[in-house]
Amino acid sequence: MAQGSALAMIGRRLLQAAPVIVLATFIVFGLLKLLPGDVAVTLAGDNATDDRIAEIRRIYGLDRPFLVQYGVWLWKAAHGDLSQSILSGEQVLTSIARCFPHTLLIVVMALGLALLIGVPLGAAAAARPNGLIDRATMTLASIGIAVPNFWLAMILVSLFALRWNIFPATGATAFSVSPADAINHAILPALALAAGGMAEVARQVRGSLLDVMSSQFVRTLRAKGLKTSTILWRHGLKNIAVNLLTVTGLLFNRLLAATVVVEAVFAIPGMGGLIVHAAIQRDFTVVQGVVFAMVIVVILVNLVTDMLCAAIDPRIGR
Amino acid sequence: MNGFFAFLRRDVRAALAIAYLALLVLVAVAAPWLSPYSPTAQNVNDMLAQPSAAHWLGTDDLGRDILSRLIHGAPATIYASFLAVGVAILLGVPVGLAAGYFGGWIDDVISRTIDTLLSFPAIVLAIAVTGALGIGLTNGMIAVGIVFAPQLARLARARTLVVRHELYVDAARCFGASTPHILWRHVLPNAIQPVIVQVTLLLAAALLAEASLSFLGLGVQPPHPSWGAMLARAYQAMDIAPEQMYPPGLAILFTALAFNALGESLRIALDPTLKR
Repeated sequence: MAQGSALAMIGRRLLQAAPVIVLATFIVFGLLKLLPGDVAVTLAGDNATDDRIAEIRRIYGLDRPFLVQYGVWLWKAAHGDLSQSILSGEQVLTSIARCFPHTLLIVVMALGLALLIGVPLGAAAAARPNGLIDRATMTLASIGIAVPNFWLAMILVSLFALRWNIFPATGATAFSVSPADAINHAILPALALAAGGMAEVARQVRGSLLDVMSSQFVRTLRAKGLKTSTILWRHGLKNIAVNLLTVTGLLFNRLLAATVVVEAVFAIPGMGGLIVHAAIQRDFTVVQGVVFAMVIVVILVNLVTDMLCAAIDPRIGR
Repeated sequence: MNGFFAFLRRDVRAALAIAYLALLVLVAVAAPWLSPYSPTAQNVNDMLAQPSAAHWLGTDDLGRDILSRLIHGAPATIYASFLAVGVAILLGVPVGLAAGYFGGWIDDVISRTIDTLLSFPAIVLAIAVTGALGIGLTNGMIAVGIVFAPQLARLARARTLVVRHELYVDAARCFGASTPHILWRHVLPNAIQPVIVQVTLLLAAALLAEASLSFLGLGVQPPHPSWGAMLARAYQAMDIAPEQMYPPGLAILFTALAFNALGESLRIALDPTLKR
């Protein structure tokens, strides 16, 4: 792919992303503003005078029209300022910077596990459609998609942490402090998350491999006397690389959302804990900030996936 | 109706799934008469009891009968799933029909919005919205429905693009039928099949979303039972009674499996290119 067209693609995608970010944050901002109860009164505490409440409204800009408030928030966010938490006073960007690495580590490890187990499983299933491995894989895949991640997490904790004491039950260590300890803490959450992903990867790999295996060029390879396994591993996987990459991108985004609940089981101070606590306490700047950050990550992942697809498959280069 | 029974005879998986779901609805409707105890009756002398003749599935950490809570959790689960999917249908299908039928700039705007909303993390928005509208099952499931709507809109749009060029649609137009009439009587019935399949699969996704929200404390509130809320309770007692997590967890798993199995069977049965 020529460098110019790559840059044009990035530019076009970023331009397309702008309305999504505005739409998503506007929806959340609007809903949070519609909520009954006055944030200023809550902040002022008991026995506050009317003057004090009015002063707080002015400080936080709560006395201005809704659209102006949203405009101000968006303008500041575009400049990297996500305001500060109403309750703790901490900069929202600081909170996100502290929490996101924990979430990212779990998602990346879960994604790795899902691919490491899902791809061979899917390929083995495709090698013999309706064979024993195929049936077992597809059954496991159905269960993997239907099982609640957080319930699986609880089962893993009760077995591997509470009964056998192999892994820690709760908490997290920053990767920068101790990589080994961080990974040790992230293994069970990643396993719980990976179950559904593994199933999804196995299904997709099987499906696209079966498509490839029934195509003309494979018939030619068979006619030349190549073994099924050789065709599968040497030619099949190369031809489903783009599909696999797309699935991986989608899976990353899905896992990012799913961690929110799994983190609660392990009491991990990640993005999930951040948004759940903020939502319960109605700390709307934090909720708004987390949604904003998540949408940006999702859009970036989609962009990178598309770029990689275009890079490995010349037919996609636009 | 005959076709329906023929479908069940051919497809054992679908028959099992439908039988299970019918039983679940029956249990949900008859919950007050079926359950041996009140789902909120506490008994401090009988906490975390093992399964016995008196309590078939044992009792929880407040001495409440687990079987009764499981039975009374069924209505909440069904209500939540159908509410979210209902919202998704009401929002998604008309929008998809409009985009596919009118085309042009309307389609451009709608399709662009659909594409972007599709990648939005559903549970995160549901959490944000519940925080805003107030904690409770209904708010959370409406939010989940809003996030699911683009999936149905995309399917309805794709089918409508094909159907709107069919002869019977042109004929209806020539007879002077109004646009709403054409959409309702001619386009919708022929564009709905892929939507039905997806709706079945979304019921499973909504079920899992309900369980997640209730587990986080943003859905069904104590002391009311729901399978997700029961898991939250079991989580608190995990170190002393890990077996508490199995009844509600398995109930969620089986129900999600049934919805997914039914969806897959419908996909095969409704797809004219996959004739046996």
